[in-house]
Amino acid sequence: MEVSMTINGEVVSDDVEPRTLLVHFIRENAGLTGTNVGCDSSSCGACTIHLDGEAVKSCTMLAVQVDGQDLTTIEGLADGDTLHPVQQAFHECHALQCGYCTPGMVMAAVSLLDEVPDPSEAEVREGLEGNLCRCTGYHNIVAAVLQAAGVVAIGGAE
Amino acid sequence: MIPVAFDYERATSTDHALALLAEHGDDAKLLAGGHSLLPLMKYRLAAPAMVVDVGRLTDLSYVREDGDVLAIGALTRHRDVETSDLVRSQVGLLAAATSKVGDPQVRHRGTLGGALAHGDPASDLPATLIALRGTLVVQGPSGTREVAADRFFTGFLETDLGDDEMLIEVRIPRAPDARWSFQKFNRRAQDWAIVGAAVMVDGEICGVGLVNMDSRPVRAAGVEAAITSGATAVDAAATAADGLEPPTDLNAGVEYRCHLARVLTRRGLEESGR
Repeated sequence: MEVSMTINGEVVSDDVEPRTLLVHFIRENAGLTGTNVGCDSSSCGACTIHLDGEAVKSCTMLAVQVDGQDLTTIEGLADGDTLHPVQQAFHECHALQCGYCTPGMVMAAVSLLDEVPDPSEAEVREGLEGNLCRCTGYHNIVAAVLQAAGVVAIGGAE
Repeated sequence: MIPVAFDYERATSTDHALALLAEHGDDAKLLAGGHSLLPLMKYRLAAPAMVVDVGRLTDLSYVREDGDVLAIGALTRHRDVETSDLVRSQVGLLAAATSKVGDPQVRHRGTLGGALAHGDPASDLPATLIALRGTLVVQGPSGTREVAADRFFTGFLETDLGDDEMLIEVRIPRAPDARWSFQKFNRRAQDWAIVGAAVMVDGEICGVGLVNMDSRPVRAAGVEAAITSGATAVDAAATAADGLEPPTDLNAGVEYRCHLARVLTRRGLEESGR
């Protein structure tokens, strides 16, 4: 089937089988390998992207389901050389160890802050329950999201 | 994990979806948010020849008051149920249970109707609908019919839905003054309930639905009768597991699940003011 979608502002079209998973379309057809496949069973969150601005797990979606829709992956978050505030906070707080979960963590965190702009620590932890860090580096991830919340809030007030 | 190959068609209306179901019979499955069906297809526990995508039928995504009931469109996403002011104020138990489904990403995609039509006894929402005495509106070739939650869930992953029918709406008696509690016991965030108890007390009415305590979502009828006749929460909850046949898995055996059902039911009753 012919599918076409906008990923990070660019239209990507291809002819795929209906069973093609969205995460595979993003990695193999669109060539955007920042989105990782972890558990492949919608548990770990490594494949998290944004569909119309909301975090979703692209391993549990079909490419044909999002035909004509608007996606953002980790590659689309920064503004040129300027990191997104959540990416910057992950950098400053050393919120990654091996880095495998990081793209999904960042995408989930951006979506969380969109819905809860000024979260408590508990809300950050619950909001990221769909993302697993097998290095167990949650402490700095939570710190980074809380720091980014402050930055996002300041940025939003300007 | 890749599903078995299938044909795909996106329905443009409820009638279109029903026509595709009529054409393909039991070869077809409806795809809503896909967070129950797609995992099954990826594990190859399900292999429909035709997938009918109803995910864009936005006219089936709504929450509205309709007399004494709250009507929720079958394709309303968990996130929209969870954050709906109407759901929170009129059937708070449903909002609370929905907020425990999966994780935020799953709740952005999964739908109320999809979770109910899946008929999983380990899912939070079927037992919740039983506790709330909800009904399900089903549309087929010969019109619509309304089925009580107790009669809708007929077995493990089996429901009263015919091959040519589609769940279109969920109706729940409004109960703004009810007290309620959703008790979910699991070992990790985002896990399925090892056992769960959905409890609602509204004056003389008591509703208790149990998660993962039998081959289908079940009502703890003995507990409800005991509360209605004035029993204490402790005495009523002691009967929670009577007559049920919960599954055994790596997390828990039958005896432990029965224990959990009694404890969670008691906590739920107490949190609901009994």
